[in-house]
Amino acid sequence: MEITQQDVEKVAQLARLAVSAAEKETFAKQLTQILAHVDTLNQYDTAGIEPIATVMGQVNVFREDLVRPSLPSEMALANAPEREAEGFVVPKIIEER
Amino acid sequence: MSLQKLGLVELHKKFKAGEVTATEIVRSYFLRISQVEPKVKAFATQAKEAALVQAEGLDRKLKTWRKTNPLTGMPLAIKDNICTEGVLTTCSSRMLQNFVPPYDATVIAKLRAQEYILLGKTNLDEFAMGSSTENSAFGPSRNPWNLHCVPGGSSGGSAAAVAAEECVAALGSDTGGSIRQPAAFCGVVGLKPTYGRVSRYGLVAFASSLDQIGPITRDVADAAFLLQAIAGHDPMDSTSVDRSVPDYMKALQKRDLKALKIGVPVEFFTEGLDPDVEQAVRVAIGELKNLGAEIREIHLPSTGAAVAVYYVIATAEASSNLARFDGVKFGFRAKETKDLLELYMKTRQEGFGPEVKRRIMLGTYVLSAGYYDAYYGKAQAVRALVCQDFATAFKEVDLIVTPVTPTPAFRLGEKSEDPLQMYLSDIFTISANLAGLPAIALPCGFSKTGLPIGLQLIGRAFEEETMLRAARAYEQATQWHLKKPNIR
Repeated sequence: MEITQQDVEKVAQLARLAVSAAEKETFAKQLTQILAHVDTLNQYDTAGIEPIATVMGQVNVFREDLVRPSLPSEMALANAPEREAEGFVVPKIIEER
Repeated sequence: MSLQKLGLVELHKKFKAGEVTATEIVRSYFLRISQVEPKVKAFATQAKEAALVQAEGLDRKLKTWRKTNPLTGMPLAIKDNICTEGVLTTCSSRMLQNFVPPYDATVIAKLRAQEYILLGKTNLDEFAMGSSTENSAFGPSRNPWNLHCVPGGSSGGSAAAVAAEECVAALGSDTGGSIRQPAAFCGVVGLKPTYGRVSRYGLVAFASSLDQIGPITRDVADAAFLLQAIAGHDPMDSTSVDRSVPDYMKALQKRDLKALKIGVPVEFFTEGLDPDVEQAVRVAIGELKNLGAEIREIHLPSTGAAVAVYYVIATAEASSNLARFDGVKFGFRAKETKDLLELYMKTRQEGFGPEVKRRIMLGTYVLSAGYYDAYYGKAQAVRALVCQDFATAFKEVDLIVTPVTPTPAFRLGEKSEDPLQMYLSDIFTISANLAGLPAIALPCGFSKTGLPIGLQLIGRAFEEETMLRAARAYEQATQWHLKKPNIR
């Protein structure tokens, strides 16, 4: 399957990743090449095979809903790129009319 | 004999006997680091001050009350994608360049409880994505056996640090071979435990269904010793398995391999396998036979699919895991963005390197509407086939023996422009991750050019003991692990 620069743009948008014109060209070429290799999976007959997401057969693991020690807010905020008082600062989300 | 020459088990004995102080150990390791690190570049961060303070504290305490844990005073290096409270954890990414974790990974909490000493954090391919450390945002590490060659990856810094005797042992993480491949390239031992054997809590997630933390050490006994310290169930990792941890050191005591059946998968000995590697591995198989093992030819017919399955599943999981790096709560944030969407997009564009972006793109693509079944669903089904292959093989044999890598260490720059070629260098290690099985890489000889070659043993789930026992018997019989690179 040929990956076009338009495909790259669309996927980059989904991944919330800005890409330059040069990156679009490179990624289109490389993803095409990698997916050509991935297409070799079609040689394997998987009719009737259940796809697996985990190998140890684990199912949901539950724990008691108890209050446990957690990070003090000062520590949780310590790595913030931008903060004010007890919060993380981000650009305005809701547009003005 | 200088302290650097001692492995973990020996150094522990000497320390326990009071023949050496923690301060002497730390000082001698930082002297060694100052000598070879400019060439090897194994570390992302060195923790000299803190290590010395801790060592002096230990020595004071031990003067009055000589009680030690197995890792008390032992100088370790930790891959820089494992969270260490109060110590930078960068994942070798611009995105986390200034990230100081507010908590310890469970493995670190366990080591800390045993009073280990952190020498520093080691370099890796950004977010553990790569096979050479060339994807590190802060520059590649070098192979101590030949500084023009890569140390492998992604735990290349840890493997290089162990090989260059810059630490007594190290931790790495393995998603598709990231412990075993660099261990093989650097002539040391690397062990990927069974999926669920070691907690992943505090390991910066790359591909959650494949990632495992494990030891990189001078020899097999050291690997068993360090695995003992980190293995076990952890309520903070819901995929860790609640099963008792056996005595791994005890498992090493049995020296002959009688009654052990070892399988040789024909699919691993095909074209593309370097003749020196094939030769060394064939000789090693002969040695296992001499030790009493019964060698059988086996088949793992889905082997050829492993790389393709991996690059769908690992990238899909990565695209989801790395969505958290958005410039809001921690990590890098792009400057001067007009709205939240632009903040996300530019932060990720500027914070991630090319390989990470490539994998996020690939993972997003295979999960996107219209392609999910064709790629992700198909890969999950073929993954089930890979697991079935192993299940069938392990009805017949107790262990599987293979090369670790198709070639010895390649040169810096040799594959960095061709992602697919780089991916294919992981062809022999990926299957064990897909099936969740334990696997160990250990030295089994050298190429004509003087580069180390690795032997891989793969075991049944949670049967690390059998694997370690066979590896130890081989190591004792051949002594390849005693060869050291000539670097000073």
